[in-house]
Amino acid sequence: MGDDALVLSQRLGEWAGHAPVLEEEVALANIALDLLGQARVLLSLVGDEDELAFLREERAFRNVQLVEQPNGDFAHTIARQLYFSTYQRLLYGRLAAAPETGSADLTALAAKAVKEVAYHQDHAGQWTLRLGDGTAESRTRMQTACDALWRFTGELFLPVEGLDTDWAELESDWLTSVSAVLARAGLTVPDGPRLTAWSAGAGRQGVHTEPFGRMLAEMQHLHRSHPGATW
Amino acid sequence: MTAVTADSQQAYETVFDAAIAADERIEPRDWMPDAYRATLVRQIAQHAHSEIIGMQPEANWITRAPSLRRKAILMAKVQDEAGHGLYLYSAAETLGTSREELLDKLHSGRQKYSSIFNYPTLTWADVGAIGWLVDGAAITNQVPLCRCSYGPYARAMVRVCKEESFHQRQGYEALLALSRGTPDQHAMAQDAVDRWWWPSLMMFGPPDDQSAHSAQSMAWKIKRHSNDELRQRFVDICVPQAESLGLTLPDPDLRWNEERGHYDFGPIDWSEFQQILKGNGPCNEQRITQRRRAHEEGAWVREAAAAYAAKHTAPQHGTAQNDTARTGTGQLGTGGNGEATA
Repeated sequence: MGDDALVLSQRLGEWAGHAPVLEEEVALANIALDLLGQARVLLSLVGDEDELAFLREERAFRNVQLVEQPNGDFAHTIARQLYFSTYQRLLYGRLAAAPETGSADLTALAAKAVKEVAYHQDHAGQWTLRLGDGTAESRTRMQTACDALWRFTGELFLPVEGLDTDWAELESDWLTSVSAVLARAGLTVPDGPRLTAWSAGAGRQGVHTEPFGRMLAEMQHLHRSHPGATW
Repeated sequence: MTAVTADSQQAYETVFDAAIAADERIEPRDWMPDAYRATLVRQIAQHAHSEIIGMQPEANWITRAPSLRRKAILMAKVQDEAGHGLYLYSAAETLGTSREELLDKLHSGRQKYSSIFNYPTLTWADVGAIGWLVDGAAITNQVPLCRCSYGPYARAMVRVCKEESFHQRQGYEALLALSRGTPDQHAMAQDAVDRWWWPSLMMFGPPDDQSAHSAQSMAWKIKRHSNDELRQRFVDICVPQAESLGLTLPDPDLRWNEERGHYDFGPIDWSEFQQILKGNGPCNEQRITQRRRAHEEGAWVREAAAAYAAKHTAPQHGTAQNDTARTGTGQLGTGGNGEATA
């Protein structure tokens, strides 16, 4: 979960200075910052946050493949955000409401973060409506993005060690929520496979997609160039 | 102000001059001389553009920041800059222009942004040097603007200065960590300060005897101090700070002048400044191209938001959908069609 937040934050950070409108510079940076905050708490529960972020190699990262997907156009970024923040909101909501789901530290984080991810989900949902129900071009782009990322959503619901929740129910709630937003936006719910043989559990097992290694190279380069330095 | 007679024009001017003399604030609906309005639009727009372009050199390091704490600080800072741009465009809009018009002038090169952002950020230490020196210079310039005669600008400056002071302290602290770090880190910090010192001094603008707008702006109390006065104030603040950072400033002529009670400093290379203003600095082309590209590539997003707003504000759609569309944080960009503030 910490890796999910860290990696998506890194992707959103790439938008700084490139957003379509100033308000989105603020919003995307804001979401990236929330996710980075969550990542720092979660990684610190396991060890040293910087060691974990900067000194692990690609095969040791446990994030889902969805969050490492390149930003693409604004529609791809929004589709990725809609899929992921809906998942995060449902998961954090369960963690906050049922402490036995995870550890006490995790429950405390979830209680705080659920408010942030509710805003992220709202933001992504609002943009899904605007792009889906905007112009012909924006509709096409949004549908393309939703279709392209659909294959990465099955992985979200594979059981995670240390998290005792009803994953099938989580998945069904997620499908209901995402389908409702897509329907309101006049978009078609993608019908491709959501868990294929090659992608099954891959991210959580440290098997990632090609763009991920390059993202890590950029993220870790400076830290690795100065071993043992403090910043 | 159409069909104003010579007499009433004179009366308006008298009221305006009296307000300025009494240190009162001019507000958007007050009468003001055309030249005062034009000067403010130019200055506030340039200020807003500087915040927006100024995101680029720092955003250049977001994905490479060497620790998660520094990454979070930098992200927050770049986010604040976008926010400052928003305040400032709003302040400019009170003078009867629009953000779209101002952005168009930026993109077509008809309005400028601060020369400093045409320098590249080559190492991580540049992020610290920008925080310490560039934000430091900006604050020195902007604190007096909190008392500027135009109310909306002065109020925007109060908010901006609070956040800028915070960034400046963080920049100083980042440099301090480098200066006290490994020899490589110390060298990185010194190199950054060497490259950013003179460009920071140029941020105060040309010397007083060559500053085209200064006299009038001071008379109108838009400006409260001359360029050279503010530059001197900045040098006097920076020298002891550099000492406590354990870094040197790249000026062999820098020394305390007992008689003046100020630091003397060496001559500034104004030909470099002129070249940058003309568009020939190291990053002028890159900065404006990235800004234009973001705007052009985002056009379909703004069009979608506008089309959606047009569909869903039509009365036959009822209110339920609109109300839903407006919930949330108000941060959704709607391309300036006003829905976000509806």
